[in-house]
Amino acid sequence: MPDTFGGRIVFLLQKSGWSFVRGAGISLILALIGTLIGCIIGFAVGIVQTIPIAKKDHPVKKILLHILKFILNAYVEIFRGTPMMAQAMLIFYGSTALFNIHMSTFFAAVFIVSINTGAYMAETVRGGILSIDTGQTEGAKAIGMTHFQTMLNVILPQALRNIMPQIGNNLIINIKDTCVLSIIGTVELFYAAKGTAGSYYTYFESFTIAMVIYFIMTFTCSRILRHFEGKLDGPDNFDLATTDTLAHTSGMSKYPDKKGGSDNE
Amino acid sequence: MSNQDTILDIHHLSKAFGTNVVLKDIDFSVHQGDVTCIIGASGSGKSTLLRCLNLLETPTSGEVLYHGEDITGSKVNAASYRSHVGMVFQSFNLFNNMNVLKNCMVGQTKVLKKSEEDARKSALFFLEKVGMAPYINAKPRQLSGGQKQRVAIARALAMEPEVLLFDEPTSALDPQMVGEVLEVMRTLAHEGLTMIIVTHEMAFARDVSSHVVFMADGVIAEEGQPSQIFETPQNPQTKDFLSRFMRG
Repeated sequence: MPDTFGGRIVFLLQKSGWSFVRGAGISLILALIGTLIGCIIGFAVGIVQTIPIAKKDHPVKKILLHILKFILNAYVEIFRGTPMMAQAMLIFYGSTALFNIHMSTFFAAVFIVSINTGAYMAETVRGGILSIDTGQTEGAKAIGMTHFQTMLNVILPQALRNIMPQIGNNLIINIKDTCVLSIIGTVELFYAAKGTAGSYYTYFESFTIAMVIYFIMTFTCSRILRHFEGKLDGPDNFDLATTDTLAHTSGMSKYPDKKGGSDNE
Repeated sequence: MSNQDTILDIHHLSKAFGTNVVLKDIDFSVHQGDVTCIIGASGSGKSTLLRCLNLLETPTSGEVLYHGEDITGSKVNAASYRSHVGMVFQSFNLFNNMNVLKNCMVGQTKVLKKSEEDARKSALFFLEKVGMAPYINAKPRQLSGGQKQRVAIARALAMEPEVLLFDEPTSALDPQMVGEVLEVMRTLAHEGLTMIIVTHEMAFARDVSSHVVFMADGVIAEEGQPSQIFETPQNPQTKDFLSRFMRG
């Protein structure tokens, strides 16, 4: 074992470099899959929660919507309101004890990260949807779009743009917070660092390496997401269409016949 | 009165927000080719009336007959009704995530189920009409108010509506932009488009409309030909209101 701090770091990297890389890989994969599935869950829940219930609606539809919204609210509140570490224990061991389901630690980890992220994202998506001014909803309604069409074509693309920073936040939180899943034996970066630290009795050095790797992963992800945000905004400039835009629509003069006149025929 | 070319027939329409009654027993009808201007002081219920006609507000009582069918009932498909009755808003309400061309195409492809190509042609045709064809690649945030409103008019026209409702289309614009938007609306009126226009532009109402409705305190105080309303108003409220605009 080398005497200097730097020497011990190099030693650890030579001896268990791969174990760190594998751990970091697992952390990153868990965070990416978890955030992705979490976003999908979040969008689904957020969309359902913003479905308007009109007085005119059929009573059965109204009751079903109320029940669904209640269940989704309960899901959001419970998973936001309890620690992920405790949830991991409960779900991983509970599924075996109650239902005799033996999850792999990786599957359990993905599952737990996803539903946790989903609970947070649901609120974020709801906020994103509410952030789009109602004028655009009315504009969409006024040209005959249904609630679903309005959401898909007008509101959600803008809501997605507005909540990109929060999605980035969640991804970064997930990269770090997957470390709590070491409690159910997921071999991610924290677990790998702990193992190396234990076997060579080099806690300071091992966790220095882990910290650096965590930071590189989160910083890279945040920069990549920032870049995507810029892409979503589209170009700042536009070109005037100087050619005759009507050149290829010759002979098209539908206005104002049809529809209005058809009743007189 | 209720003949073949009556498009909208409003009977005893009332609207209350809680205990605040905004519209009381409104009756009027709109025929093919009519340009109806609704004038009156702010808060007299003009906009609410227009929003009731497009079901953006649900009337408290009364009926709105569209070709004889009451559209306030619960069985009516509001979305499909709205695709026949367009609306242009004071605040434009363009879709900020789409460029000008897409704004005018999305309704055609998603609601009318037209092909991309047809929708594009039609969108370009109407954008040309409002003088916005060069700007097809611009996003709404890159346009001036008058330009946005003209795009909004093209978007509504692209649905080829039977009636087009205008909710104070020029109130958010400066005088020059007001001119460019009114010019477009004037053209549409001459082409025979049926329009209902809530406006504070009295000269426009006088020159362009075929029918003027003056509202005060949630009721229709007076209605008739523009010449009659503007030159020989009968109701004291109408006289008082118009005297502020028509002096000189």
